[in-house]
Amino acid sequence: MRYIDEYRDPKIAQALVDRIHARVTKPWVLMEICGGQTHTLMRYGIDELIPSQVELVHGPGCPVCVTPIEVVDKAVEIASRPDVIFVSYGDMLRVPGTKSDLFRVKAMGGDVRIAYSPMEAVKIAQSNPTRKVVFFGIGFETTAPANAMAVWKARELGLKNFSELVSHVLVPPAIRLLLNSPHNRVQGFIAPGHVCTIMGYWQYKGLVEEFRVPIVVGGFEPVDLLEAILMLVTQLEAGQAKVENQYGRSVDYQGNGPAQMLVEEVFEVADRKWRGIGAIPASGLRLRPEFAAYDAEKIFGVEAMEAAEPPECISALVLQGLKKPVDCPAFACQCTPEHPLGAPMVSNEGACAAYYQYRRHAASMVCVS
Amino acid sequence: MSTFTLSCPVPRVARDHVSLGHGSGGKLSAELMREVFLPAFRNDTLERLEDQATLSIGNTRIAMTTDSFVVKPLFFPGGDIGSLAVHGTVNDLAMGGATPLFLSVAYIIEEGLPMDTLRRITESLGRAAAACGVQVVTGDTKVVDKGSGDGLFINSTGLGVMPEGVNLSAGRARPGDAVILSGFIGDHGVAILAEREGLEFESPVQSDSAPLHTLVQDMLRTTHAIRCMRDPTRGGVSSSLNEIAAQSRVGIELHEEAIPIREEVRGACEMLGLDPLYVANEGKLLAIVDPAIADELVAVMREHPLGRDARRIGTVKTSDPGWVTLRTLLGTTRIVDMLAGDQLPRIC
Amino acid sequence: MCLAVPGKLVETQSISDSRLGVVQFGGIKRSVFLDFVPEAQVGDYVLVHVGFAISRLDEEEAHRTYELLEHIGMLETEDPAFQGESTVSAAVGAIRADDAIH
Repeated sequence: MRYIDEYRDPKIAQALVDRIHARVTKPWVLMEICGGQTHTLMRYGIDELIPSQVELVHGPGCPVCVTPIEVVDKAVEIASRPDVIFVSYGDMLRVPGTKSDLFRVKAMGGDVRIAYSPMEAVKIAQSNPTRKVVFFGIGFETTAPANAMAVWKARELGLKNFSELVSHVLVPPAIRLLLNSPHNRVQGFIAPGHVCTIMGYWQYKGLVEEFRVPIVVGGFEPVDLLEAILMLVTQLEAGQAKVENQYGRSVDYQGNGPAQMLVEEVFEVADRKWRGIGAIPASGLRLRPEFAAYDAEKIFGVEAMEAAEPPECISALVLQGLKKPVDCPAFACQCTPEHPLGAPMVSNEGACAAYYQYRRHAASMVCVS
Repeated sequence: MSTFTLSCPVPRVARDHVSLGHGSGGKLSAELMREVFLPAFRNDTLERLEDQATLSIGNTRIAMTTDSFVVKPLFFPGGDIGSLAVHGTVNDLAMGGATPLFLSVAYIIEEGLPMDTLRRITESLGRAAAACGVQVVTGDTKVVDKGSGDGLFINSTGLGVMPEGVNLSAGRARPGDAVILSGFIGDHGVAILAEREGLEFESPVQSDSAPLHTLVQDMLRTTHAIRCMRDPTRGGVSSSLNEIAAQSRVGIELHEEAIPIREEVRGACEMLGLDPLYVANEGKLLAIVDPAIADELVAVMREHPLGRDARRIGTVKTSDPGWVTLRTLLGTTRIVDMLAGDQLPRIC
Repeated sequence: MCLAVPGKLVETQSISDSRLGVVQFGGIKRSVFLDFVPEAQVGDYVLVHVGFAISRLDEEEAHRTYELLEHIGMLETEDPAFQGESTVSAAVGAIRADDAIH
């Protein structure tokens, strides 16, 4: 497949690995932001190919993992109502809330449906005028334009039975938080290539200048990630700190204008809690007041719902890159994809799930329970 | 900031209701077997957990299997629930080396199913049975209220005769054995998904639903050095091999570049984020065999219409016992874990 | 969640205010919303995420980068220090101190 196979070429990958080995003279700690990138790294064993002095820690780039517990609770509450058809991206179905999850709601008879695209939810609303259709609009900046379009189209079509439960998160504030943290060990970042496809990479200039940390926008195939790692390591070894773009075939400085404009029209920046991390100011998106008629939180009266975020959960340490999933005593014992304790184990892109799926035979674990 | 204690107090959701994942052929299904069924039905035959049960009645060895079919939609490219029922049951018998002879067919029909649909499916079932040389000798029909079913569910029990000297079992794989796959994977799952999701293919992907018993007979005529065979249905190649690895307490290593996948199936899987190793097949088999006869066996399989693309895809090892691993295109190794829940519900 | 797949735009159509297209991904075709890539034409490659094209792939840029990478790949295999099994240990063993890569 074009634009995929070439970037999985073993010869090129090996050549990049060799170059990285040749370049590295000191230990470095790098972080890839996006869960999709974590997944590729694990799936292809890239962390095993690069020098052991280059440590890869996994960032909070899994919107499923960072969706706050109370948002999951709100989703469960809404989906449990008999007149509701609740439509969601598949990844959210098994994320545990305080007492339940969407999968369980479905098992108990709730009309919970999986969609590949938010426009499917709009179609469902058109075909089911007597039911209330709610779409679970989560994601990073990559998905915001599509989620925005669904609301926009619903308004254009004059639909009275469509709404979105919005829980969007933004990447740069999370990077800023990590860089400001006294525990931060990360010396270079691989920025998420698809988020940057929408947003461009102008936002990272300020971060790089302020914190003197190199940031390279990277793609999602093995060759992309290896090239991004090579670029970061080259900068670090030379004492440089600038923004570079590895994923030039899809990303440019400004990003996607029409997409950004639509997001600007439909959403506004808001403070948001990130599961396992806490509240980060101006790190999320919510529907603008003009779109209140499509805001599921208002329609179903769940705005005030809160959930206790356990402050000691190790998900926080994993999401901040301070611990690896295998460091958690519950990993693969009490906490597995079938019985997840936290979101990073459930989401396909969660670090814990990636380690569980591709690596756990190597981790020596003694289950204590 | 308080010191972090290393236990995650997020409450575990109690598993007190059956979810779709329990029927997916992966870990949850295995959990159900272990925790609910085995304790209730203790006997040696069941505990072997093969695809079919081999029973001795007097001096004859009989193979018996049962399978239920809940596929949605009822008609799909390459087949329908009727032909699928025959092929699925025949294949379960064939995987044990048995010659399939008789089937029972029980229908649970949802009130309101068009008679024409019932007729078409039944005729297809009859044709498939005749083509396999099996007879449908008994059956049952129930009708449930509208809303209590999904058009039609079919259960089929198969009986066959186990030839002398055939003793296939998932517990017999040994380090050094070759892992052979009979052809392209993922066709059935993708065909079903395409039908449900309205995916358009340049050359439409057909379900590979087919009876494998004559291929198996060719294989058994060539050699008895076959340890076991499985048809990778729900849960795909991954589930079948994980079961074998667990029961034989061996490791199984696959080579990524050896695994045959059609371009269209790859495209669909890339697009939807699916891994073909987990996608259902209904006309393929995996065989664990003595490495000395592997090449000869593959050659024999390629002479059969259902084995034209047969090839060796891996090896049984002593390392990582109980695990299936994959040597990636980049030469690194990762595990091929058993599916936890559902990749594609109602796939067969 | 950030799963976006590259495919070839093979058809476009305008339906009311929307521009829709058919994108081909290695043998399968899918209907895709083109609202965010007004410049994309039939024959272009686009990146598709949850049913929307989010960028038009810059073929020239891709070509340029890919050629560079291929060149590196070929360089490595021609280099006698990298002959034989390309494993991590072989590579590490073959690193030369004065490797003048920049």
